[in-house]
Amino acid sequence: MEKENTVVQERKEAGYSRREKAVKFFRVLFKRKLVLISAVGLVLIVLMAIFAPLVAPYDPNVQSLMDALKTPSSQYLLGTDNYGRDILSRIIYGARVSLIVGVLAVGIACAIGTFFGMLAGFFGGIVDDVINRISEAIRSIPQIVLAMALCAVFGGGIINLSIILGISNMAVYIRMMRGQVLSIKETDYVMAAKLQGNKSLRLMFKHVLPNCISPIIVQMTLQVGQTILSEAGLSFLGLGISAPTASWGSIVSDGRVYLMQNPFFALAPGVCIALLVIFLNTVGDGVRDALDPRMRGRL
Amino acid sequence: MGRFILKRIGQTLIVLFIVSVFIFLLVSFLPGDPVYAMLGGEITQETYDRWYLELGLDKPLILRYLSWISKAVTGDFGMSASQHKEVVAVLAERVPVTIYLSLLSFFISIPLGILFGIISAVNRGKLLDSVLTTFANVCCCLPQFFLSVLFLYLFSIKLHLLPSFGFVWPWEDLQKSLLQTIMPLLCLTIGGIASICRQTRSSMLEVIGQDYIRTAKSKGLAQNRIIFVHAMKNALIPVITLMGLRLGGLIGGSMFVESVFNIPGMGTLLVMAIQAQDIPLIQACVLLIAVVACVVNIITDIVYAAVDPRIKV
Repeated sequence: MEKENTVVQERKEAGYSRREKAVKFFRVLFKRKLVLISAVGLVLIVLMAIFAPLVAPYDPNVQSLMDALKTPSSQYLLGTDNYGRDILSRIIYGARVSLIVGVLAVGIACAIGTFFGMLAGFFGGIVDDVINRISEAIRSIPQIVLAMALCAVFGGGIINLSIILGISNMAVYIRMMRGQVLSIKETDYVMAAKLQGNKSLRLMFKHVLPNCISPIIVQMTLQVGQTILSEAGLSFLGLGISAPTASWGSIVSDGRVYLMQNPFFALAPGVCIALLVIFLNTVGDGVRDALDPRMRGRL
Repeated sequence: MGRFILKRIGQTLIVLFIVSVFIFLLVSFLPGDPVYAMLGGEITQETYDRWYLELGLDKPLILRYLSWISKAVTGDFGMSASQHKEVVAVLAERVPVTIYLSLLSFFISIPLGILFGIISAVNRGKLLDSVLTTFANVCCCLPQFFLSVLFLYLFSIKLHLLPSFGFVWPWEDLQKSLLQTIMPLLCLTIGGIASICRQTRSSMLEVIGQDYIRTAKSKGLAQNRIIFVHAMKNALIPVITLMGLRLGGLIGGSMFVESVFNIPGMGTLLVMAIQAQDIPLIQACVLLIAVVACVVNIITDIVYAAVDPRIKV
């Protein structure tokens, strides 16, 4: 009975310290004003995307050719596009595309990449060789070119684009995870778990994976921004999200012809992409520093 | 060293083989009939048959791959349907333009990026450092196409200073060429300068904190000598990787700038080929881009092994 008590108590203490750790993490994270501001900006953009129908002043796809290419006024805050659609509303709805594709693609890249990286590192030998060569092949084609080629074959759209960007991004996770697993595989506790008779799969998911996770999280937060840039780029080239869905990249592309009539048409969504990516990167950098005690307060 | 180089070349050949299979298979996934997809529905049976044979669609997949790759190695990628020319001829027109722009931007961004990185590392924590770091962080996040459109608006439409599109070689018309390349070059270099500046700064800071730098300082060496001779040698090693990455993207990374400023290079060619579903052209472009990236990768690895004594080969 007494023994059980101590175990329960130990658990409680462990839980407490975990909560304390989280509090400490956020305190370190938000100590830098820039990170705090970026996090707030990020939350605002996410809220804007979620509540787009409530926030947007107009329907983003309703055309009114009478009002085409109006400059900003009190009626249309950022003016209208060549079909008379309200640009502000299109930008607000466009945030959805950017965020969904960004998060989904990074999730897919991370899930596939982590799994194969773990396989490669854990089993070594021929499995390692095969996975390594394939991942090297993916990395040898510049990411945007690979995504373009895949888009040409499988077509655009939110889901397709997420999968394509996920596949073209997964090599980073394969390499990272492989390196992590190689170093963790040799530690005593994994050896101990192995001696207890754990199966490979259980060993990998229960014992190895949780200890590799923090650099993966950092990589993910930094990569969402990169992926959003890729999505915008593909849509800009006319290969990503197709009309009439509003995507920031395609709005810039549509608007560049009308720079004389309404410069906000092309420039405003571009500023939004830049802001979103700056926020994401700043928060990502902050998370990296807060997770890594060596880096704390250095950069 | 010799063995290391041979091993790397062997690995790269395997990688290129995988890439070529991938590129080849990709095209066979194209929806619909490849001939109609390329030429449109309104063609005579005769043209259809000719292209059907030209693309080798009557043979099994493996044979098609073998004949494609054996021709591709000699530079024969077949005919481009959308350009009505040999693919090689189309590439020969486009590739030099992109290489010219990319190399220029490479040789501008490397020294500037390193210089700014060192300046901000040496002045760590001061105002100059904050300004440079913030600037670099922001520039890293600016999408190239947005930058291009922004410059186009500012310098061409508002200020009427620079021409908004086109490309001529400097030996054809020097003044026109200079004016036309300023904006594209600016858009191509800003991101590079920013990322190299960030990398140089952080690796410089790491090196400056080490013992041998303190020794050099206590010996009474001049600050400049310590920074540029002792510290830089080690600080630039991680920067090499970044340089390799930038160089590897040389002919595949300028499609945004090219498409905004209407420059007839590889980027616009690839976009056009994809829109026209011009299969031989897509295959050739992607393969060429991958080959360049792989070659640069090998060179980076060899340089890395040569300069970093900690890497044993």
